Amino acid sequence: MGYPHPSHPKETVVLSQYFGDEGARSFDGWVQRGGYQALKQALAMAPEAITEVVKASGLRGRGGAGFPTGLKWSFMPKPSGKPHYLCCNADESEPGTFKDREIMRWTPHALIEGCAISAFAIGAERGYIYIRGEFTEPIRIMQAALDEAYAKGALGGDVFGSGKRIDLYIHRGAGAYICGEETALMNSIEGKRGNPRIKPPFPAAAGLFGMPTTINNVETLAAVPHILTRGAAWYKGLCLSSPKSTGTKLFSVCGQVLKPGNYEVTMGFPMKDLIYDLAGGMRPGRSLKAVIPGGSSVAIMTAAEAESALCDYEGIAEKGSSLGSAGFIVIDDSADLVYEIYRLARFYAHESCAQCTNCREGTAWTVKILERILRGEGKPADLDLLMDLAENMTGKTICPLSDSCAVPVVSGIKKFRADFDRYLAGAKSPALAGV
Amino acid sequence: MSGHATAHGGETHEPVFTGKVRAQLEALFPRYPTRQACLLPALWIVQEQRGWISPQAMAEVAQELGVTPAYVKGVVTFYTMYHQHPVGRHFIQVCTTSPCHLCGSADVVGALLRHTGCGELGATSADGRFTVVEVECLGACGFATPILVDDDFIDAVTPERVPGILERYR
Repeated sequence: MGYPHPSHPKETVVLSQYFGDEGARSFDGWVQRGGYQALKQALAMAPEAITEVVKASGLRGRGGAGFPTGLKWSFMPKPSGKPHYLCCNADESEPGTFKDREIMRWTPHALIEGCAISAFAIGAERGYIYIRGEFTEPIRIMQAALDEAYAKGALGGDVFGSGKRIDLYIHRGAGAYICGEETALMNSIEGKRGNPRIKPPFPAAAGLFGMPTTINNVETLAAVPHILTRGAAWYKGLCLSSPKSTGTKLFSVCGQVLKPGNYEVTMGFPMKDLIYDLAGGMRPGRSLKAVIPGGSSVAIMTAAEAESALCDYEGIAEKGSSLGSAGFIVIDDSADLVYEIYRLARFYAHESCAQCTNCREGTAWTVKILERILRGEGKPADLDLLMDLAENMTGKTICPLSDSCAVPVVSGIKKFRADFDRYLAGAKSPALAGV
Repeated sequence: MSGHATAHGGETHEPVFTGKVRAQLEALFPRYPTRQACLLPALWIVQEQRGWISPQAMAEVAQELGVTPAYVKGVVTFYTMYHQHPVGRHFIQVCTTSPCHLCGSADVVGALLRHTGCGELGATSADGRFTVVEVECLGACGFATPILVDDDFIDAVTPERVPGILERYR
């Protein structure tokens, strides 16, 4: 539900059922709400059988890449004496996305249970929940829940009397968007700078501390207990459009809408209804100009594209963008799109880890050129220059941060060229002061 | 810290990891298969204790974890939340990334700079009470504008709410 707003009749409330319910935060409160049944059920299963259920459910990674979760788990090698690790990616930092924060704030045990089941399925005795450093409140709540889970035997050396060991620890980040990239996150846990690694090797072969590792997003892991208790067929049946996108998804809707919040709907839900109905639509007298749907690292959609899109991996790809982490940044006709694109470019320039030249230089020059345009000093060739730069920032680096900076710029120039041209023609007063 | 000059030209360093704080550090060791992996949490402990991470503290952490001081500095400088210099008694981080900017975060920044007396971003107020910095996406975009005051995450901040919030931090 779109906490703090009450649940909307068009939502399919699974993960967000207890958002706003403080009683769900304690171990006993979670058990009263049906919690930890799934973990007990899992401990009685063969690990491979759990992976098969998750595979059959169609669950795909909710962090942005949309990789099939069960398939990812199945890449883990058979036990060979080497430690296996689970990483939970709770480094939620993608502009526009704020769903994992709510899962951790309201239903910490849902995440712990999901982590424990996943750890058991992949043969890991140890997992790290990597939470971004700024999330002070989720860290406090998660730590209290972990302590309670240990005290109640849901974690530790003998999980619920099964003889299985599962330890989970929180690892606090310290302010680096790039650590949401899976291999950068592993480096950060290892006590290193958060530079992404070249792949292969993929984490299932050599991940955290060089050992077989599975890394999943918070929302992905929180969905797993529901899949086990209600069955893969139930989850797979939650589908309004493409059979490749199943289940429910939390859509973080923010920006210039009347009721921003996390709305949980079935995959394939119409974006128009999500924005106008659930999130309350535009402010009086305003109209929709653009939506950046995947968090900020995807192509900007025009109002027409957004209003005709279906919210799943395929539906948004069909409109030339990506579902990503499903953080919808809604932009109305009062906004200066050129400034907002510049602000996003500044984000990527700030967050570049700087190990690849194309990213380090490309993000910085993108900012400088956009600044020049916003100062009213843009040159007619600047848009071509930005496009050229973007070309050299796409598919040429170790991780996709550089691409993520390029894509809003390229789509912005292609779809909203008139906004840029107004600055270049001197028809719009500068948004940034001259130097 | 007392003010004796050392061979390195710095201040004498009162060790961070003694007594209960040392126990906090040692409690980290069994959680990771390497000592180096304790680096981020160890740096958090230093910052909690001292408010910032001095070069001497970096050297102390390096010694504890069996890495070089230069290595520790490399890590400290990578992560924006570690303070390499002293900051005001209350450290305020305000989100100004696009989703918050669309919802008026620039006015919140203005109100924070005015009411704290900091005047500009990154500066500390003359009374040493506040430092205000802008930060990239705080991950609470639906609750614009979020700010962090020390460890307190406060969302839906408006310019009107700023004086009342600051009152809580003397």
